[in-house]
Amino acid sequence: MSSQAESPPPVAGTFPQPEEDIAVRAKALEALLVEKGLVSTDAIDQLVSAYENDIGPMLGAKVVARAWADPAFKELLLTDSNAACRQLGIGGMQGEHMRVLENTPQVHHVVVCTLCSCYPWPVLGLPPNWYKYPAYRSKMTREPRRALREDFGLELDDSVEVKVWDSSAEIRYWVLPQRPAGTEGMSEQELAGLVTREAMIGVAEVEAPSGRS
Amino acid sequence: MPGAAGLPRRNGELVFDAPWESRAFGLAVALHQARLFRWEEFQGRLIGEIAAWERDHGGDLSSWNYYQRWLRALELLVVDKGLCSPGELRGAVSEAAAADDHHHA
Repeated sequence: MSSQAESPPPVAGTFPQPEEDIAVRAKALEALLVEKGLVSTDAIDQLVSAYENDIGPMLGAKVVARAWADPAFKELLLTDSNAACRQLGIGGMQGEHMRVLENTPQVHHVVVCTLCSCYPWPVLGLPPNWYKYPAYRSKMTREPRRALREDFGLELDDSVEVKVWDSSAEIRYWVLPQRPAGTEGMSEQELAGLVTREAMIGVAEVEAPSGRS
Repeated sequence: MPGAAGLPRRNGELVFDAPWESRAFGLAVALHQARLFRWEEFQGRLIGEIAAWERDHGGDLSSWNYYQRWLRALELLVVDKGLCSPGELRGAVSEAAAADDHHHA
C-alpha cells in the first residue's frame, strides 16, 4: 500500500489555497472532472443519497440482533464476519475485510482509526464527526478508560479488560455489544431497535429497554 | 444560506455538515468506483493531509474540519494521477469563484 506521510507542497500560486472558499473549490473540482467525462453528476448524486438515506447503523443493528438471537449466526459473525453479513445482504465498500469483536463481561472492545477515519461503512454508514476528530483518535488510543468515562459517560469496572483496535489498515473492526438483561422474548426487530452506533464502535453499551429490568 | 435548510437528516443527525462536503465525498468515491485510483491511494493522501494539519495546528484544534482535509487530499491526488493539470484546476476554481460572485452580487 502506498502511503504518504507528507504531502508535497503545491506549486505556489497555481494550486487552490486553503483559504479560498471551500465550497467553490469543491464545486470547481466536480465541474472540471464531470466536464472531462471522468465522472457523472448522477453517480455522485446516487452515492450521496445512498449514504444519507440507505446505508447506516440500522444495518449493523440487524446483524447484532441476529447474532443475539441465533448462536450459529453469532459464531459465523465472529469467525467470518463478511460471510455472516453477506447472509443478510450487507456488504460493500470499506467493509471488504470486516472483523467483529465480541464484548463480554470480561473484555470491552473499542474501535478507533488512529491515522484518519477508517470505519465499516456497510454496517455503520459514514463515521460521525467525533470519530474523525483528532482528539478522539489520540485520547482513545492513549487513555481509553478515561476517554470512555469522560467523553462518553461509560464507566467500566477495573476487572474489565479494555482493548483498543486500530482500523487504519485493511481490516474494519466493529463491535458486537453485549445483549442487555431484560430482553428475553424480544423479536429480532425489537432487539435491533435497541442497538446504537455508539455500541457498535464500543463507546457505549446497549441499554435495556425502559420498563424492563 | 440557501440549501442549508434542505439538508436531509436521519435520526436527527446530519451525515454532512454542508452540501459541499457531500459533493466532495461522492466525488472521491465515484472516481474510485470508476477505477481512476485505488482507495489506498486516496487514503494515503488523506492520512498525509491530516498529519500535516495536526503538525501545523499543534494543540489548537478549533479550526479542524475533516472534509477540508478530504478535499485537499482529493485535489492533490487527481493532479498527481494526471486526471487534470494544476492549471486546469486553477482555472476551474477561478471560474467557479466568478460565477459565485455574480450569483451573490
